[in-house]
Amino acid sequence: MTDILNPIVVLGGLGLGFGVILSIASNIFAVEVDPKIEEVRAVLPGANCGACGFPGCDGLAKAIAEGKAPVNACNVGGNPVAEKIADIMGVNAANVDRKVATVLCQGDCNKAKEKYIYHGIKDCRAANILQGGSKACSFGCLGCGTCKEVCQFDAIEMRDGVAFVLKDKCTACMKCIEVCPKKIIELVPYENEYVVKCMSKDPGKEVRSKCGIGCIGCQICVKNCPSDAFTFENFLAKIDYEKCINCGVCAEKCPTKAIYGDTAKEAAV
Amino acid sequence: MSIPAILISTIFVNNYVLARFLGICPFLGVSNKMETSAGMGVAVTFVVTLSSIITYFIQKGILDLLGLQYLQTIVFILVIAALVQFVELVLKKISPSLYNALGVYLPLITTNCVVLGVAILNIQEGYDLVRTIFNSLGSSIGFTLALILMAGIREKLEIADIPEVLKGFPIALITAGLMSIAFLGFGGLV
Repeated sequence: MTDILNPIVVLGGLGLGFGVILSIASNIFAVEVDPKIEEVRAVLPGANCGACGFPGCDGLAKAIAEGKAPVNACNVGGNPVAEKIADIMGVNAANVDRKVATVLCQGDCNKAKEKYIYHGIKDCRAANILQGGSKACSFGCLGCGTCKEVCQFDAIEMRDGVAFVLKDKCTACMKCIEVCPKKIIELVPYENEYVVKCMSKDPGKEVRSKCGIGCIGCQICVKNCPSDAFTFENFLAKIDYEKCINCGVCAEKCPTKAIYGDTAKEAAV
Repeated sequence: MSIPAILISTIFVNNYVLARFLGICPFLGVSNKMETSAGMGVAVTFVVTLSSIITYFIQKGILDLLGLQYLQTIVFILVIAALVQFVELVLKKISPSLYNALGVYLPLITTNCVVLGVAILNIQEGYDLVRTIFNSLGSSIGFTLALILMAGIREKLEIADIPEVLKGFPIALITAGLMSIAFLGFGGLV
């Protein structure tokens, strides 16, 4: 009889014991969860893409509820989601900036010189291993289209060997930014029409010898900008997107046309 | 066996993944990125060491005393599952940062056969408590090593020119096989 009873008692006892310990532990170690976390989580898209920089939508919901992240931290959800979260959190959703990825290079097949002819795997990360890619300029877009492949929203086009982000399709998920071995894709506010599309930190003469559309560091844009929105560092001009008033003087004056103006948008209007 | 011999044996010679073929699921499942495989490795090390200490006491204190050795497998599974749940609860309260770092890997380990394998093999080998601890530490370090090596290779594989039919899991399985053969080279070290 004990042959049967013993195992039943041991196994049942252990199971019961663990159950009791766990239920007591869950009371002792209970962590209070802010109800706002649940509400915010319900509004978020739930794609767990990680674009916000937090571990998944749960992580972001927690950060928003604790006030560690802004209500518009979810780029994918965009304005509609930000408004709903703002309602839950009881703050105003004004100044919700939409950002889009922008490739900061215009050195296409016609304008940028090549160091050698690359016949390898058509992947920027592989091309970059070989002497930093085939372009003479070590900062430029390699044009293999790795960013286009990772883009889930078909927002990236290859134009003459340079990646170009279609503003309206971009959700700022940051996938392309992560994958780009040259780190030349950046988030730029949607409203900003003018961007210095060059990342070259070479002196002007070198830029000139390698690429027809690079920033040569002449600082004409810096001098002419009415709103003082330019900073100049490492032979490269950069626009402070908050100060920029979209006047377009810089793009007009830029001798190499390294400053890109979103003219397509104007034409549409 | 001496303690250094146990460590070398479990990390290299009898590596749980590459020589004993336990824990293949996480080995293939979370070895895509270096970061995640390191996280998994840390979580496994933590749980394996803790669970083999507890199972050691349960084996000696309850099962051996009552002559119920045949209940070993089911009791150990029960212990591991309860332990992982308990650790998760405690960590959530006491150390949220560690809890976040281990993240989803902690509950995943409940059903990881490495954890059960180490606990059972410790008993089979007849180790005392100190050797049990070092054996489980060594095995989980070996597991972590295999996982991180695999992640390093797979990160490179991602941008390599692989024939269409071999893309994804086929090439990962071939790689795992080759790694296992390479680890055979450690045979006879201990």
